[in-house]
Amino acid sequence: MPKQGVIPDELTKPFWDAANEERLLIQNCSACNRLQHPPAPTCHQCGAGDNLEWKEMSGRGKIYNYGVVFDCPVRLLQEDQAFNVAVIMLDEDPGIQMYSHLPGTPVDEVPVGASVEVVFEATVNGQKVPEWRVVG
Amino acid sequence: MTPQNPPASMYRTTEGLGLWEHRGQVAAVGVGHSPTARRWDGKPETSVGAWSILALRRAIEDAGVAPDQIDGLVLDPVTTTGAYWPDDKPIPMDVVNAFNPTSDPLDGIAKLSAEWILQNMPELTNIQFVMYGPRCMSHAIVVAAQAVGEGLTHTCLVLKSWHNFEGRYYQGGANAADAIDGTSAISRLWGTPASYGTALQFAEYCRKYGKTHDMMAPFIANSRRNGLMFPEGYWAQHRPEPLTAEDYLAARWIAKPANLFDNDIPIMISAAYLFTTPERAKDMKQKPVYILNHASSRATPRSLTPTLDEVEAETAKTGRKLYEGAGITAADLSFENMYDGFTLFHQFHLEGLGFRGIKFGEALDFYQTDISIEGPNPVSPSGGNIGSGRSRFWMHTDCIQQLQGRAGARQVTGVKPEVAVSGGPMPLGGNFTVWSATPD
Repeated sequence: MPKQGVIPDELTKPFWDAANEERLLIQNCSACNRLQHPPAPTCHQCGAGDNLEWKEMSGRGKIYNYGVVFDCPVRLLQEDQAFNVAVIMLDEDPGIQMYSHLPGTPVDEVPVGASVEVVFEATVNGQKVPEWRVVG
Repeated sequence: MTPQNPPASMYRTTEGLGLWEHRGQVAAVGVGHSPTARRWDGKPETSVGAWSILALRRAIEDAGVAPDQIDGLVLDPVTTTGAYWPDDKPIPMDVVNAFNPTSDPLDGIAKLSAEWILQNMPELTNIQFVMYGPRCMSHAIVVAAQAVGEGLTHTCLVLKSWHNFEGRYYQGGANAADAIDGTSAISRLWGTPASYGTALQFAEYCRKYGKTHDMMAPFIANSRRNGLMFPEGYWAQHRPEPLTAEDYLAARWIAKPANLFDNDIPIMISAAYLFTTPERAKDMKQKPVYILNHASSRATPRSLTPTLDEVEAETAKTGRKLYEGAGITAADLSFENMYDGFTLFHQFHLEGLGFRGIKFGEALDFYQTDISIEGPNPVSPSGGNIGSGRSRFWMHTDCIQQLQGRAGARQVTGVKPEVAVSGGPMPLGGNFTVWSATPD
């Protein structure tokens, strides 16, 4: 599916640069030892910004939930509807979520709870983006 | 006069605050609405600015107050969430110049500043207090209630307006672009419609409690029925069509499990209320409806989208805050008018309130019982956004009108209208109000 291109900004550049290297980085507050995603200028727990770092994840997770998009507002994706959009929970911290079109999984046949692993797909401007495939 | 944004001290966001210090000392008296339209037809007299003036003047007339007695205005300057004026589209200067414009030519067309309103309502000669209540009427109401309670204004207009343009909602701007910024991309690359997050929560709810989407049908049919008895509403004015359970179940999916009728229809509309003190209300035309409390949710999800656990924790907290500050319990509610635009979260609000004693996971069973305005347990007697179009304020108008005894064909008959609650929009992030026919 031809996802929109991504123009990395200052806040998210490390995340997108790592994706281009096929690595999954998530923002972490070293003071709180707490991951957060989406990334933010400050830690949602302690409010400080000077302890934020980027931590590499294993790229493994589970499907927490999903919906099926039949009426997509994004022009580039409209030719591909209907499609799955699943919510992935990372194995390192189930409170951290990522979205996925679940490439390879038939529409509306999403195995909630199943294990998934990260893959990286190029968007229309070449920027790679984390996606997830069911494993096992 | 430069409008202020409300300070955090105006909101009641935590438990343990006790009774609201201004409980029963703020009253809603006047109500005014513009007509509705699906989209703007390009004429000056139907612009969002013109209809805002109309709604304000109707609220003033309804309250029976002289315009020069009004000293406050609270409004939302943003008049859409998904219909934006295209950058390359010429601005209609005939519309701009039909009014007293501000420096922004789209003011009064695609947005609405307090400055624009005051420049175009010369009868408001005594405005001393202006504040913005962003996002929806629910927000403007709590700001205005707190302002009247604190004595910042004694007679205050509260305004919320919506424009809608040609084309489909949410499909312009970044959604039509070939690339988007990195921060937005983390949540928006997957192309989810607005109702997707609520659909997710509903899907988890159904799995957890063994419920089905079909069980929403009685709520939907009840909402449209009530909406068709709301003469100010879109469906009553333009498409007076009942919506049956069969219609609902046959509707196309938007973000399964949310279908077409789980989403509200974007419209043009403006509404205004007049708030004042109980002392001043005695001299006005309509019966005052007293505000017993207001409460706000400022919770945010841990990650991309709220989980069911997060939703249930926050709606329960909102219920506790509302009851604590109002000095009431769930048993005191005559009916409930929580937000519904998307339908699939209405049950979260209902369960958080513990309306009629229902607990988490029980609302869809409750929908299978008598939830009509004639019965003992009226649910959403306004019909909400589903019954009357996307305004986010039908539930507030209905609470005021029901407690004043002038809701017309929609008037509840199975219960005595004494205490009600309304508010929204979302379970995480909303503003809520307890209304009463008496000040104590």
